[in-house]
Amino acid sequence: MRNHYPDKPKRVYFFGTCLIDMSYPEAGMAGIRLIRREGVGVIFPQAQSCCGQPAYNSGFPEEARAVARKQLRTFPADYPIVVPSGSCAGMMKVHYPHLFEGDPEYDAACRFSDRVFELTEFLVHVLKVRLEDRGEPVTVTWHSSCHALREMGVTEDSKRLIRQLKNVTLKELERENECCGFGGTFSVKQPEISAAMVADKVADVRGTGASRLIGGDCGCLMNITGAMGKKSVPVTGQHIAEFIWERTNG
Amino acid sequence: MDNHTGFDFRGNIRDALGNSQLRKNLKFAMTALAEKRRAIFTDKARFEEMRTTVNAIRKRSLSKLPELLDRLEKKCTENGIIVHWAETTAEANDTVLSIVKQHGATAVVKGKSMVSEEMHLNRFLLGNQVEPIETDLGEFIIQLADETPSHIIVPAIHKNRGEVGKLFSEKIPGTPYTDVPEELTEIARAELRRKYYETPVGISGVNMAVAETGTLCLVENEGNGRMCTTAPDVHIAIMGLEKVVENLTDVPPILRLLTGSATGQLITTYFNMITSPRKAGEKDGPKEVHLVILDNGRSDILADPELRQTLLCIRCGTCLNHCPVYVRIGGHAYHYTYPGPIGEILTPQMEGLETAGTLTTASSLCNACSEVCPAMIPIPDLIRRLRNESYDTGGSVKGHGYKANPLEKVIWKGWELVNRHPGLNALSTKMAGVFGPVLPKAGPLKAWTRVRNRPTFAKKSLHELVKEEGVSDE
Amino acid sequence: MNNNARERIFARLRTAVAKGDFNIPDAPPLTWPSANAAERVASLKQKLEAMKAEVYVTPSGEWVEKLRAVLKGRNLNRMLFAPDTAVGQALKSGWGDANGGLPELFTFDGTVEAYREELFFKVDAAVTTAKAGIADTGALVLWPDEKEPRLSSLVPPVHIAVLSAADIYSTFTEAVEQGKWADGMPTNALLISGPSKTADIELVLVFGVHGPSDLIVMITE
Repeated sequence: MRNHYPDKPKRVYFFGTCLIDMSYPEAGMAGIRLIRREGVGVIFPQAQSCCGQPAYNSGFPEEARAVARKQLRTFPADYPIVVPSGSCAGMMKVHYPHLFEGDPEYDAACRFSDRVFELTEFLVHVLKVRLEDRGEPVTVTWHSSCHALREMGVTEDSKRLIRQLKNVTLKELERENECCGFGGTFSVKQPEISAAMVADKVADVRGTGASRLIGGDCGCLMNITGAMGKKSVPVTGQHIAEFIWERTNG
Repeated sequence: MDNHTGFDFRGNIRDALGNSQLRKNLKFAMTALAEKRRAIFTDKARFEEMRTTVNAIRKRSLSKLPELLDRLEKKCTENGIIVHWAETTAEANDTVLSIVKQHGATAVVKGKSMVSEEMHLNRFLLGNQVEPIETDLGEFIIQLADETPSHIIVPAIHKNRGEVGKLFSEKIPGTPYTDVPEELTEIARAELRRKYYETPVGISGVNMAVAETGTLCLVENEGNGRMCTTAPDVHIAIMGLEKVVENLTDVPPILRLLTGSATGQLITTYFNMITSPRKAGEKDGPKEVHLVILDNGRSDILADPELRQTLLCIRCGTCLNHCPVYVRIGGHAYHYTYPGPIGEILTPQMEGLETAGTLTTASSLCNACSEVCPAMIPIPDLIRRLRNESYDTGGSVKGHGYKANPLEKVIWKGWELVNRHPGLNALSTKMAGVFGPVLPKAGPLKAWTRVRNRPTFAKKSLHELVKEEGVSDE
Repeated sequence: MNNNARERIFARLRTAVAKGDFNIPDAPPLTWPSANAAERVASLKQKLEAMKAEVYVTPSGEWVEKLRAVLKGRNLNRMLFAPDTAVGQALKSGWGDANGGLPELFTFDGTVEAYREELFFKVDAAVTTAKAGIADTGALVLWPDEKEPRLSSLVPPVHIAVLSAADIYSTFTEAVEQGKWADGMPTNALLISGPSKTADIELVLVFGVHGPSDLIVMITE
């Protein structure tokens, strides 16, 4: 979505996201390995936590700002910050400047935002990766998070990476642009609507005939695979970083 | 979760989700409308250019609102249009009624007007022995059904042809059942023709009013709007005060995006620009034209630099068509006149958060609405702001702080603490990993697991894995 | 009381506006590709036809004859026209007898109060002038006045509009600017892009709801 991308850097920061930290650490590790494989050093500040989005979206900007401020200070050097989530990246890239309006650290927030990249966007445009597929033939479908799609504008980058894998057939969802119903606290504040949305998404996934659902955001993945598991739908979900790493490192 | 509501939102949602016919009707129609819109705005860069222009026009209008309304009033008065001001919907209703009574009318023909819905004008007129006759086909249908519009542009879209056919055969004497849209339309045409002919007062809304010339603009396809504003002796136009624009040249870009966004049309069948009542020597047209300008909270909304963007809205309804929540629950679930994303930000500001704040929960913040909004209203940002106002006892929106529920605040304070302190963060992640599988199935987790498996927590966090792999910390 | 309402509203609006911060984006006026005369005619015709209007392009001296041919056999009995307009005069002098299944020309005297019933229930068609055309969206501009009443283009089931090709603008903006509309708007200006229609039942398009079911456009060159 950016007009201009920097040259390949020597080092990057990796922001793991709280959901990956807690539930999908292998996706985070895969992201780090994909970057390192291209000869780029990865720094993972141990003091990092959450981007602040849960509180921000729930109507608690003050609490969100306190946590965001912590991140600003945890990634001080002028390295790109790579994020394996369109949603967290969107929070940091699009919303931090708004969140810090009128704050002494507004300029720092803007500089931070400028350095944020979603992982697949970074792999495609900055590292210009060429993927060599070593996996068995498989048919997958792709779910884009709303923020990867509409805040970061990186959905095409993610799909481009999948299409580089020669043994992978990508079957697109009929309503790819539609929200899966996760929406963070939305899924617990409006559980019935969220359930209706994810049920439709699961039906769409089944309709593709794919055996695997690839996504770039673990919130959506947790939601959709959770709903598929409950109904014993024989489709597994996986983060795109892990999927690519598995297939290209065999 | 949210007990402070003026209506049973959760109940409405359950009813709507349980109505499979409604869901089918909505999905079909909203998909078709979104598709029509997509077909007309094929050039994304051009669309962005056009909506930046419309955003600029609307913002410029709002920035000069008192000046433009004053000019509009002067121009209209010069042209012979009588201008009335109403602070509240009750005042607007009284004004309309007094004009109707002055002319001894017992019925009025009405064109589609969301402001009149906001005023509950029909109910008010009926209570005062005046019969309101809705003439837009969709409005005609829902009036027969004794319902309110479920959509800003296509008010009866929640009904399919069979339901309309059944309604007509039951409510219009001597009408056999048919579900052919052409025949149903013909039935409505025949019913209404005589009404235009014999009813002395017509009521319409206003899509835009032009301060420069004192011109009232109306957008429509059916011709009923023209009928209501041309055939009767008296025309009463009602508008929200934000609908004024500065110049005639502001009109074409707005019109283009309004019709394109609403129905995927380059232009509607009729674009009606009314500047005066019948002049001496003219053979037809109303002899009297009234313009009722309604505030109903709009001037308060204008005071907040962020929330005033709500008033940029041109009522195209495209945010409804693209909203994954609206598409599933339909307009009636939202209880108030304006449903969908625009309703989620407009209604709580008009009615007060304590009564309608719960509407702000009906969004996953997926941004589909702001992506298509022709006026570039950042609807998700405004939803976040209103959610914040719901907790904020120092807020500025009517009813702010109504949810200053200590428990929720404590939870988020705790969340903040954990996420600001690496030690605590590591500990909590560890605890989740250890205790995750045995978490009690209560509270939020219960809602989650009704349709999903419980989330799993990793034994080792990413923080731990990167350490083991020797990834540098700084 | 009403006056007080006005004052209170304006007081609130002035306070609100004084806060500033409107963040008006820098948006240069939209430019549209300008079309030449032939393209304008072609675009208008194509867009109007897409909206189910019938469009005939004829030399300016021949439109009446063409209209006679178009209306032949349509079972129209009475056709309203405006005798004092240029279009009305041409029509009157060229129409001849109402034979061969063609409608009879007539006009109303006085104001609508005298002829309302006849207009609503006994007129089959009406001919009006179109002041201008808009090529890019496909629309006619009608500018009714004391010679040409507003209801003529609305109540009869068939509406015939006569437009000079020289009066077709590329865009609505061009029509407003070059036609200097701001200098004097009529009682009721109209853009018309086809016969009356609705899609209120399941989005099925149905023509001829409250207004005309047929729009016939004669573009004269």
